[in-house]
Amino acid sequence: MTASTSAEVSSILEPGTRAPGFELPVSSDEKVSLEQLRGRPVILAFYPADWSPTCSDQLSLYQLVMPEFRRHDAELLGISVDGVWCHKAFADNRNLEFPLLPDFEPKGAVSRAYGVYDTERGRSRRALFVIDADGVIRWSHLAPPGVNPGADGILTALESLEAGETNS
Amino acid sequence: MTAGPEMGRLTAEVTDGDHIQGADGAPVTVVEYGDYQCPYCGKAQSIVKDVQGRVGDGMRYVFRHFPLTNAHAHAKQAAQAAEAAALQEAFWTMHDHLFEHQRELHDSHLMTYADELDLDVGKLRNDMESDAVQTRIQQDFYGGVRSGVNGTPTFFINDARHDDSWDADTLVAAIDKAAAR
Repeated sequence: MTASTSAEVSSILEPGTRAPGFELPVSSDEKVSLEQLRGRPVILAFYPADWSPTCSDQLSLYQLVMPEFRRHDAELLGISVDGVWCHKAFADNRNLEFPLLPDFEPKGAVSRAYGVYDTERGRSRRALFVIDADGVIRWSHLAPPGVNPGADGILTALESLEAGETNS
Repeated sequence: MTAGPEMGRLTAEVTDGDHIQGADGAPVTVVEYGDYQCPYCGKAQSIVKDVQGRVGDGMRYVFRHFPLTNAHAHAKQAAQAAEAAALQEAFWTMHDHLFEHQRELHDSHLMTYADELDLDVGKLRNDMESDAVQTRIQQDFYGGVRSGVNGTPTFFINDARHDDSWDADTLVAAIDKAAAR
């Protein structure tokens, strides 16, 4: 964890905000940080729990849409408060090939920093962020409970990002 | 971009290239995105038939492929079989047959079904692997993704995603409402 994730915000971070940095394990012996992905778009998909039906459908869909995300050179990271081994079993079972990061210790710190932590239930809300190559949030979306937000919003945001970069 | 894109409208228009049942001039078009291996789609299949019987010429029905291949190992092959059957003018017969046998969608089963439906099995096998058939399924899938399809079955009634329950009574009511607009 880096110090920049210690701040807690109570509502979802809006476009134009600098994406709070983080470093989380991607497996039992590897870590990934947002900083190391600088230079390409990053999609953050916060979700409540491994194994829940809506999360399974949503993340399975993202696996299938991965070629389109890749076409935009975007990296996709799933984040929930589940631990490393839980993530691994879930990813293996559902054939998910993108990283699932554990927001596990301190619990929910990254979710809190992005304003998408559900303190009552002790888990992340279902929220999406598209971060540009410079580390600025360009699109964010908080899905109502139990609603699978699909992939359309992400793809539209990635397209706008590309169009914006071409114009500048 | 703060508000986010509009979600849940069919952006992939219905064209002559679609698989369509019902009258051309029908006031309401129902589009379903489905997966032959998905049990909910299997359940929806008989509901759609019931709804078609009740609404009659008041609707046309379009089926598009949305195979969730990482959850359903045989979904893609089944969609390929339906598209290959379409090249022998037998899309809907194969479509119905696949849903009736959705627990048995291995390659060998698909060939047996083609034989039972009096199709040219060798041609079907070749067509299943053709670029045209694979591209078609991909186009259906991405058109669905861009329209906000997030799972199966997903219904659109005159371009609006139907987020309500899809039992027959609810669908018929939604179709009547769309027709009255």
